[in-house]
Amino acid sequence: MQEADILFLEDSFKKYYFNHFDLIKVPERTSEREFGYQKFNSGMTRHISIKDDKELHLMLMQNIPSDVYCSNAYYAFPNLPMNEKDWKEADLIFDIDAKDLNLSCRDSHTVSICNECNDVSKNSSKCLKCNSSKIEKKSLPCKYCIDASKIEVEKLSQILTDDLAIIKENIQVFFSGNEGFHVYVYNSQFQEIGSRERSELTDYLSLRGAIPETFGMKKLKHDRAAFPDFDDKGWLGRFSKQVFGSKSKRSKIITELLANGYSSFQKTLDNVSGNIGVKIDPNVTMDIHRIFRLPGSINSKSGLTKIQCDDLLKFDPYTEASFLSDDTVEVIANCPIQFVLKNKKFGPYIDEKVTIPIFAAVYMICKKLARIA
Amino acid sequence: MLELGTDELAKYPFLEGAGKFLKEKGFPLSQFGTDPDLKSVVDKAYHRLKVSTEGGIYKSEIIDGEASDSAREKEIFSFLLAIVLIKLSGMHTLVKRFALAEARRAENHLEKDLGKASDKSKIDLAIRIIYDLFNIEVIKEDEFFKIPVSDYLKHSIDFHEREWKLVNRHVENGKVLLTPDKTVRLIRKELGTYITSKITNAPTPPMIPGLENIVNELTSIGKALTPSYTVITGEHPPCIKHAIEILEKGENLPHSGRFMLATFLLSKGQTVQQIAPLFKNAPDYNLRVTLYQLNHLAGISGSGTQYSCPSCEKLKTQSLCFAIPECDNIINPLQFGRKKK
Repeated sequence: MQEADILFLEDSFKKYYFNHFDLIKVPERTSEREFGYQKFNSGMTRHISIKDDKELHLMLMQNIPSDVYCSNAYYAFPNLPMNEKDWKEADLIFDIDAKDLNLSCRDSHTVSICNECNDVSKNSSKCLKCNSSKIEKKSLPCKYCIDASKIEVEKLSQILTDDLAIIKENIQVFFSGNEGFHVYVYNSQFQEIGSRERSELTDYLSLRGAIPETFGMKKLKHDRAAFPDFDDKGWLGRFSKQVFGSKSKRSKIITELLANGYSSFQKTLDNVSGNIGVKIDPNVTMDIHRIFRLPGSINSKSGLTKIQCDDLLKFDPYTEASFLSDDTVEVIANCPIQFVLKNKKFGPYIDEKVTIPIFAAVYMICKKLARIA
Repeated sequence: MLELGTDELAKYPFLEGAGKFLKEKGFPLSQFGTDPDLKSVVDKAYHRLKVSTEGGIYKSEIIDGEASDSAREKEIFSFLLAIVLIKLSGMHTLVKRFALAEARRAENHLEKDLGKASDKSKIDLAIRIIYDLFNIEVIKEDEFFKIPVSDYLKHSIDFHEREWKLVNRHVENGKVLLTPDKTVRLIRKELGTYITSKITNAPTPPMIPGLENIVNELTSIGKALTPSYTVITGEHPPCIKHAIEILEKGENLPHSGRFMLATFLLSKGQTVQQIAPLFKNAPDYNLRVTLYQLNHLAGISGSGTQYSCPSCEKLKTQSLCFAIPECDNIINPLQFGRKKK
């Protein structure tokens, strides 16, 4: 990214931080958390300890970071090197990202940026100009991406409360600032479990690794009574609803499943898992030393804010998470895909000079699809 | 602390009460080497150990607690004496095998006690043992035992059979529902670990005159059982080959795949400088970042921790596993190509 772009982004971010201290609050048990930040074109600074909102705001104004992070883990000494921090526990965090949902719309709003010649084209595996395979892909998620991610959040919340007895008040949902949502779970029985246990928990939520026997299908000695019922709790009930469709079809479908055999059942199960399992990124949940984007901070991949969603169904990130200025700026935009921000349509732009609001300019510059003129 | 009678101690001789019981009976260890009346206890202890080295579980003559006091005492003493014999032999292999066999034996008793629907005191005792030793709160409801999901995860995480995955368990209201046998199976390893730590922490007494032959015999059994591994092939496992192929083609290998490849090669003794060029075809290759990350994984920079190669199970969940028949019975890519001598 060129110097002028960095200066412009820093200036826009600084104004946001200065005007929106109300949105950026330290989480509970602040002094036990590790904080970190990144500046534009620079590495990560972490192992920082912060004691209150004032200190955080000072850090933001002094450094104007591109991204700000905070641990979900609680440590005795958060500012010491990792192996001396003395890990105590960590909130559970789930990352739901539109890019992991294999959505059919994705191709239509993904662009390819060549690392060699900077040419921008619609989604392709090689640069159309210089044929290089060193391609960076950027997606401009659409409404459908966000809606699909919301469905996954809903599925996740339901299983967390129904199966794992998590109290609703202890679940918080945040728009990540780019392509998805972060779901936080506080004060649960899982606070102290380690990384591998968290990975196993994600397998449960994703219905990954299920075997036919769990759902009543045995290799030998078929037993119709072992198949689950509609009223069963947990995955058994959800499986029944998905596979049998209605109570009246249960018997007929069990006969079919038995006739098709064990391996076919495993395939059915894998398909069901793809449909009703929650699509979460297991690597995020299992990392118990990770620092996560701080709620209220800007995501430098988009210029949008990571913000809590009180009413998920109605939440629209492209109006509710865009807080940057409406003042205009002149940029050279090379964005072959149209996008909507604050209810205004922008693009497509083919290497052209345009005057647009700062919030839209930041969005494109963050995605490497524009530069300051 | 549980107050236990001899019938419970005979079943669970690794509990605190057993050592106290021996002290109360006032037998000095030396007496076991010379007293003909105690020979049967020595024989029983040896038998108990021998069976464990053969992978079996010692079968008690006491069935369902029906036995005389002296038979129960013999049962308890033979366990304690077996520990003394292991200590005298100095063979760590015997510790592991004996602890595992004894854990399996206790497991059978716990399972029976938990399954005794009519005998509430037996169930309560088993539940108390599980709570006191392993801090797992088990609640009996109908024919099931309910334990918190977090406790289940902590204890089942090392099980490799897929039926133990949480997704293959009945989960309800934050609890996992288990049958008595599964409840007990869950703590098998911990029982083994608990018994192992009991043996490891026990002091080694001086040689007991009269028991030298038995001890020597156990030492040779232990030596024969010590495994030695040898590498029979220098081939990389399929997951590593796949990762290298992806990189050679200039395609994107996910972060988890890069982590696997780097930690694998580091563990195989390659240096950061040898590994770094492998990544040069990656679409987002940056030499400075690659070296920084490799140094971090090798423990040369950062916290100093050297990261280890992920397990096969982990790699399966990350879609990085491409198992072939030669991968059978390994749980980490690093074990690929190794064979027991």
